[in-house]
Amino acid sequence: MTAAIASGKGGTGKTTVAVNLALCLSGPVQLLDCDVEEPNCAIFLKPSLVSRESVGLPVPRVDETLCTACGECGRFCRYHAIVSFKTTPLVFPELCHGCGGCTLVCPTGAISEEPRAIGTIEGGTASGIDFLQGRLNVGEAMPVPLIRALKKKVRREGIVILDCPPGTSCPVISAMRGSDFIVLVTEPTPFGLHDLILAVETARAMALPFGVVINRADIGDQEVHRYCDEENIPILLEIPDERRIAEAYSRGFPAVEALPGMRDLFEGLGARIVEEAEAHRAAAKPTGSPLNA
Amino acid sequence: MKIVVTAQGDTLSAPVDQRFGRAARFIVYDTETKKIEAVDNGQNLQAAQGAGIQAAETVSRLGAECLLTGHCGPKAFRALSAAGVRIYNGASGTVAEAIAAFEAGKLTAATGADVDGHW
Repeated sequence: MTAAIASGKGGTGKTTVAVNLALCLSGPVQLLDCDVEEPNCAIFLKPSLVSRESVGLPVPRVDETLCTACGECGRFCRYHAIVSFKTTPLVFPELCHGCGGCTLVCPTGAISEEPRAIGTIEGGTASGIDFLQGRLNVGEAMPVPLIRALKKKVRREGIVILDCPPGTSCPVISAMRGSDFIVLVTEPTPFGLHDLILAVETARAMALPFGVVINRADIGDQEVHRYCDEENIPILLEIPDERRIAEAYSRGFPAVEALPGMRDLFEGLGARIVEEAEAHRAAAKPTGSPLNA
Repeated sequence: MKIVVTAQGDTLSAPVDQRFGRAARFIVYDTETKKIEAVDNGQNLQAAQGAGIQAAETVSRLGAECLLTGHCGPKAFRALSAAGVRIYNGASGTVAEAIAAFEAGKLTAATGADVDGHW
C-alpha cells in the first residue's frame, strides 16, 4: 500500500506527517522523500545513507555527417530543446525532457542519445525504515525524471510512504501518480484552504482517494473544517499547535519523540489510511483517469 | 531587408520591450517598403522555459536579418546566431526611435549574450 503525503501549500507539515507516520507503522515500512528539490526527511530520520546512484536523462547528440538539416527534430520538440534553422540542429540539453522523440523522427538516424546527470538517489535505513531520497542537482530545473526513477524503487510489500513536493504541478503529479491513497496536509488558515482546494481538485482529476490532515489545528479559523464537511472529505487527523512539537522540529527531532501522546495520533492516522484505501479499493471500478495512467 | 524590434505594443510609438524571449510583440519593419507588421508573442509569455529559443524561431520565420531589442540571454543568442540574425541590443525609447538609431548606425551588433537567462 502506497500513501502519498501532499499538500498544495508548502510548509504545512508534509514531512512532519510523513516521518512521524513512518515511525509509527508496524511491519515493513519504506519512506521515499520525493521532494527532490529540497529533501528533508533525513534531517529527522537521521538514516545512515549507504547507497548512492546517479540518475541521468537521455539527451540528443547529433552526428553532423549524417544530418541533412531537414528540421524534423526541431518541429517535433515542444520544449525547444533541439532546434534547426535549416542548419545542423542546436541542442539545449537543460531543456530536454528525455522523451527520445527526436531520435525517432530523424529520417537519417543522425541523432543518438547520451545520458546527462540530473541528480542522485541515496538510500539507507533508520529506526527499521527503508529510506530513499532523491536529490536534484543544484541549478537543475527538471525534477520529474528523478522522481520517476526514485519511485521505481517502491517495494511491493508493506506500507510505502511518499513525501511529495508542494504545489500541484508536474513534480507533485509524478509523485502522487499510482498511489493507493493521498494524504493532504493543510493548516486552518485562508492560505491553507486556498491551496487545499487546488490539491483536492488535483487528486480528484487523478481519480485518487484522499483525506485531510489539519496541522496546527487550533490556529486560524473553521473554514477548512467547513469545506471538508461540505465536500465529504474525511479529516483523518488534527495535530495540535503545540510549542514542544515546533521546538523538537527546530532541533531535527520528530514529534513522536518529543511528545508522549503523539504516537497514538499517528498510529491512528496509519490505521485510518489503510482503512480508507481498502474501502476505496473495494468500491473502485477498473476505469481510471488518463492522468493516472 | 526586414528587421524585428521587440515592442510593448503594436505601433511605431510603442516602447521597445527590453525583453526578447518574453517581449509582448515583435514589430517587423521592412527597410525598403517602410511597412510595419505587429506579431503577437503572447504564447511565449507563458512559457516556463525556452522562450528565447522559441522567439528566435519566430524571428527567423519572419525572415528578419536584424533584431533590435533591450537585452538578449545566452540561449536566445545562440539560437539567433545559428539562424543568421544579427542582434542589436541596448535599443531603447520607442520602436520608431530604435529604428532611427539603427538606420543612423548608432547601434552596434552584439557579440554575445548581455544577460543571464531569466534575468
